[in-house]
Amino acid sequence: MSSRQEGPIGLVDPPSIGRLISALERRGWLVAGPTVRDGAIVYDRLQSIDDLPRGWTEDQEAGRYRLEHSGDNALFGYNLGPQSWKKYLHPPEVRLLEASRENGLLKILNQAEPLPRYAFLGVRPCELEAIQVLDRVLIGDRFSDPIYEGRRKNLFLIAVNCSRTAPTCFCTSMGTGPRARRGYDLAITEILEGGRHEFLIEAGTAQGAAVLEELHPRKAGPDDSGLAEKLTQRAANQIRRRLDTESLRDLMYANWEHPRWDQVASRCLSCGNCTMVCPTCFCTDVEDTSDVRGERAERWRRWDSCYTLSFSHIHGGSVRWSVKSRYRQWLTHKLASWIEQFGGSGCVGCGRCITWCPVGIDLTEEVRAIRETPARASTRRENRNGEP
Amino acid sequence: MEPAPCRVLHVGRETHDTFTLTLEVTPEGRAEFAPGQFSMLYVFGVGELPISISGDPGVPGRLTYTVRVVGRATEALARLRAGDWVGVRGPFGSAWPVEAARGMDVLIVAGGIGIAPLRSVVYHALRNRDAYGRLIILHGARSPKDLLYRADFRHWNRQAETRALTTVDHGDMRWRGRVGVVTTLFRYVRLVPERTIAMLCGPEIMMRYVCAEICGNHRIPPSQIFLTMERNMKCAAGFCGHCQFGPYFICKDGPVFSYEKVKPLLGIHEL
Ligand SMILES: Cc1cc2nc3c(=O)[nH]c(=O)nc-3n(C[C@H](O)[C@H](O)[C@H](O)COP(=O)(O)OP(=O)(O)OC[C@H]3O[C@@H](n4cnc5c(N)ncnc54)[C@H](O)[C@@H]3O)c2cc1C
Ligand code: SF4
Repeated sequence: MSSRQEGPIGLVDPPSIGRLISALERRGWLVAGPTVRDGAIVYDRLQSIDDLPRGWTEDQEAGRYRLEHSGDNALFGYNLGPQSWKKYLHPPEVRLLEASRENGLLKILNQAEPLPRYAFLGVRPCELEAIQVLDRVLIGDRFSDPIYEGRRKNLFLIAVNCSRTAPTCFCTSMGTGPRARRGYDLAITEILEGGRHEFLIEAGTAQGAAVLEELHPRKAGPDDSGLAEKLTQRAANQIRRRLDTESLRDLMYANWEHPRWDQVASRCLSCGNCTMVCPTCFCTDVEDTSDVRGERAERWRRWDSCYTLSFSHIHGGSVRWSVKSRYRQWLTHKLASWIEQFGGSGCVGCGRCITWCPVGIDLTEEVRAIRETPARASTRRENRNGEP
Repeated sequence: MEPAPCRVLHVGRETHDTFTLTLEVTPEGRAEFAPGQFSMLYVFGVGELPISISGDPGVPGRLTYTVRVVGRATEALARLRAGDWVGVRGPFGSAWPVEAARGMDVLIVAGGIGIAPLRSVVYHALRNRDAYGRLIILHGARSPKDLLYRADFRHWNRQAETRALTTVDHGDMRWRGRVGVVTTLFRYVRLVPERTIAMLCGPEIMMRYVCAEICGNHRIPPSQIFLTMERNMKCAAGFCGHCQFGPYFICKDGPVFSYEKVKPLLGIHEL
């Protein structure tokens, strides 16, 4: 793993996190971060330190999520709720187009809306990587999505390293956490040890350093950095879930047909929850509408899921009509074809798909099952009914 | 990328369910295309859909499409009349290998509406007749009333070194032509494997049979066979995720693929 981004490091007390929020607001950023809403930690606008989930933690397992009191005053004593930052960068619903038709003439109305300037506070290391993954998907050499690119360009990123992990986390397998190594403006490690409650803040960019300076941090020594490193190392050691990534792409490609797909399809509800909570799933659908007089029309883009039948609909029916083929599409895309398409895995090991699957399907288990049992003798079409 | 409004010049009926649409490209739009590429056509308030360009790449300022009515958006396209407007994005996607085919015999095999994206190859080849060897066009349709471009076929058969054959799955009382699936036409043609490049478009099942026929019986190597894949498509820029076919996005890696590349994927059910 590459070493940490170089930059100034400082120590601050808990109230300084509140001052950080105000400093960012003063500089024109809309601060978003974790907050408690409807029994879960979600991302929303933060206006003061009191909006953070102080003293809350989560109990997560496959198909289970519950908020609990942590018994301390930690500001970042949890990991990940159901939402990811893609809700801001790649909005669930956005208008792509407005058009008018007057006397038969078609006009595309081009209203550039002001782009929001977001500061994300509390980006977990796996989430930071998820943003990099989305960058590779949506900012391409041939095409770029202006909606994503515009929001991404203005972003201020404050990572929070994990000193605790959820049982569903497997970032160590994916090489994405629990400590952020790159891609942030500021990275925070919360130190809550032996009566001490402080935050070690590392700046990764010049704009990060400028904001850090405004907080008048105490100078951090090698001991402080060492302690922060130790806390995240301890978290890494707690992680039990594993995804063996060795030749994973080849494994998936060699197993388009495998009895495990039928097995998982008998449990999968095809609800698409995993795609909604996944921080990198990017698929969208569009809907066109017009007013009753047929003079104005709009085109909206919404998140879509490869688990729906309509996703693969072409004239004559859906290409992926079985649940098996849809689960296989999702997992093979995430872990294998993604690498070919975008030069890296589509999975960052956040484990949301495990927690939020209503029947608790765990992709790490599915991969293990495929790895451990031999592929079925081909059931490819030519063997089924003599077709080429 | 926003659609460029283009004006409908002409709508011509081809068959009971298929028509050809010719657009005049406005300065905001792009009229240049390579045979095999497609556009995203936007019908006001109804939707946007991928349609291959079926016109002559040598005619500037025009874009021509042949569309079969199968649902909401294609029905709306069919209602357009000269003077109406359509939004156009593109052209997108990969092209037929018309450069690599220079000096070779060109074999075109189309099923149904699949002849549309291949017609621009025929236009191109006839315009540059000396650059290509023999031109063999095989077209299969469900029934006589589904045969497309009948006048074009008559015209092509009058050109030098050109054979354009048609067949139908089911004939009718008046049909005097060939009956049988498109692969039955291979008994009328002689192919020279080293100098043949094949271009296929039609239902997946048809293309699999044709590939088996020309690889197996006619010894044309997979690297000299090209075909188009079809999947649902919303954005044409690789962002909507709908058109994935294994590792490929059909909108930008395709729609034209070499058979060599997609051969391992073609046999996988529901991919
Ligand atoms: C690269 C490419 C080139 C094509 N070229 C042609 C052509 O030259 N002529 C022609 O007649 N047709 C062509 N098609 C197919 C054409 O796009 C569909 O027939 C059309 O989208 C159907 O829309 P609909 O609303 O009329 O049908 P419905 O069945 O009502 O479709 C509902 C929705 O499903 C989607 N959909 C349905 N069928 C297809 C399909 N086959 N491909 C992609 N999305 C689909 C569309 O998003 C549509 O909005 C092409 C498809 C692709 C991918
Ligand atoms: S697939 Fe699951 S573990 Fe991977 S990134 Fe998506 S939610 Fe996280």
